[in-house]
Amino acid sequence: MIGAYAISTAQHAKKVLGLFFDTVYWIIVGPAKGKFAKRASIFEQMVFIGVRSVIIVFFVAFFTGIVIAMQSAYQLAQLGGTIYVAAMVSVTMARELGPVLTALVVAGRIGAAITAELGTMKVSEQIEALDVLALNPVRFLVVPRFLALLIMLPCLTVMSDLVGMVGGFLVGVYNLGLNPYRYIDVSFEFLVWRDIWTGVLKSVVFAITIAIIGCYMGLNTTGGAEGVGKYTTLSVVTSFILIVLFDCILTGVFYFSNM
Amino acid sequence: MDKEIAVKTEGLVKKFDTMTVLDGVDIEIYKGETFVIMGGSGCGKSTLLRHMISTMKPDRGKVFLLGKEITGLGEDELDKIKKKIGMSFQGSALFDSMTVGENVSLPLREHTKLADSVIEIVVKMKLELVGLRGFENLMPSQLSGGMKKRVGLARAIVMDPEIVFYDEPTSGLDPIVAGVIDKLIIDLSKKLSITTVVVTHDMGSVFRIADRIAMLYEGKVVEVGTKDEIKNSKNGIVKQFISGNPDGPIRFFKQKDDYLEQLIK
Repeated sequence: MIGAYAISTAQHAKKVLGLFFDTVYWIIVGPAKGKFAKRASIFEQMVFIGVRSVIIVFFVAFFTGIVIAMQSAYQLAQLGGTIYVAAMVSVTMARELGPVLTALVVAGRIGAAITAELGTMKVSEQIEALDVLALNPVRFLVVPRFLALLIMLPCLTVMSDLVGMVGGFLVGVYNLGLNPYRYIDVSFEFLVWRDIWTGVLKSVVFAITIAIIGCYMGLNTTGGAEGVGKYTTLSVVTSFILIVLFDCILTGVFYFSNM
Repeated sequence: MDKEIAVKTEGLVKKFDTMTVLDGVDIEIYKGETFVIMGGSGCGKSTLLRHMISTMKPDRGKVFLLGKEITGLGEDELDKIKKKIGMSFQGSALFDSMTVGENVSLPLREHTKLADSVIEIVVKMKLELVGLRGFENLMPSQLSGGMKKRVGLARAIVMDPEIVFYDEPTSGLDPIVAGVIDKLIIDLSKKLSITTVVVTHDMGSVFRIADRIAMLYEGKVVEVGTKDEIKNSKNGIVKQFISGNPDGPIRFFKQKDDYLEQLIK
């Protein structure tokens, strides 16, 4: 039973990797063959994935910034270092919560939408129709979504870092009574480039995860309307688990290599 | 003189888990004819069609399209052949996010360098052929089942294919619309001299459109012949299928033997 489960998981992992390499192949080789994804559909996806996610990412980051500020103030007040709330918020947002929370929000919103759309196309023979029309579904459907996520998720992550810092700033200045200039100074004194690029690198890995899992689940949907629901849920759950897993691995790599 | 062959299968075998769906299917379809593959639900006729359009790979056997063996072809070679075939799907398979016009023009936009104005004209001509000119800007969700099938058909013939495949073209349609679709299939095959392959179990439709008919039963071809040959067939399976008689060699209840054992288990 466990053996069979392990084999089936390994088979899926192999196919997911296959889809990833196939996507990369079309991104690199496609333009040379004159068969690249349409620019219009990439922009369309960028608007759907990026622009339409701004509000929800904004709120999540803003309130998270407030919460980190309050929670760390509670601890730091006992040590008499309330001013370090600024550093706590900026570094935590940039290294960890900015990329992870943005990825989780986008996985829930976009990963699900991608699977539901492609899954519906699969069960209504539209994917097969593309194939018969000699239009590769990976080039036509996966590449635009993959590229759009790859571009937009890091942008959303940087935005979320900044918005989180604004949330923390409001708590620091209006609740803790810290000097606003001093708060900004400390925020950026402790925040180094390394913190930002490791966060952005994480968001790139998360973007790939959400796009490939979302598309893989969609393209493999079976079982009609019920199947679409099932695979959409599975897509979000798998993306969540993988995001947290990759976050742990990457944080470990950065930590042990002193990055 | 030998007739030229458009589609040919040789010893096609396909299994899903332990179930054998195709069990050595040999079929030859000649250029320009309308060939109907008929058989009961689950007899493997849609699976056979999917092998002919290369969206499924056989476990054993070969498929030839327009003289080329397609089972082992690479993607580029296969794409070249796919551009010469069209497929009308059972559920029409129109792209939901595109208008009727965009659906029909998609293959032209992707595979040719034609100017937009030319593409527009071609789309209008193809929609006229299926009686839907003027519907370019509607979304598929605004169309009825029969209209969707006709748009799907317009999309299938937009690249002027040499072979058009139809999967259950009249299923789920009222008799008048089914008649319209049948007439369309005949018109297209005669006007554009297209080879036509139809999979269906609608007997009225079969005898209206077919030049030749193959009867598929339990993954095997039991008989191939012209309309008259099939009508006057001595084969019990073919006779029962045409008449719709519940009693005969075609078993409806597949597992009779262990019925009692299963009841008391």
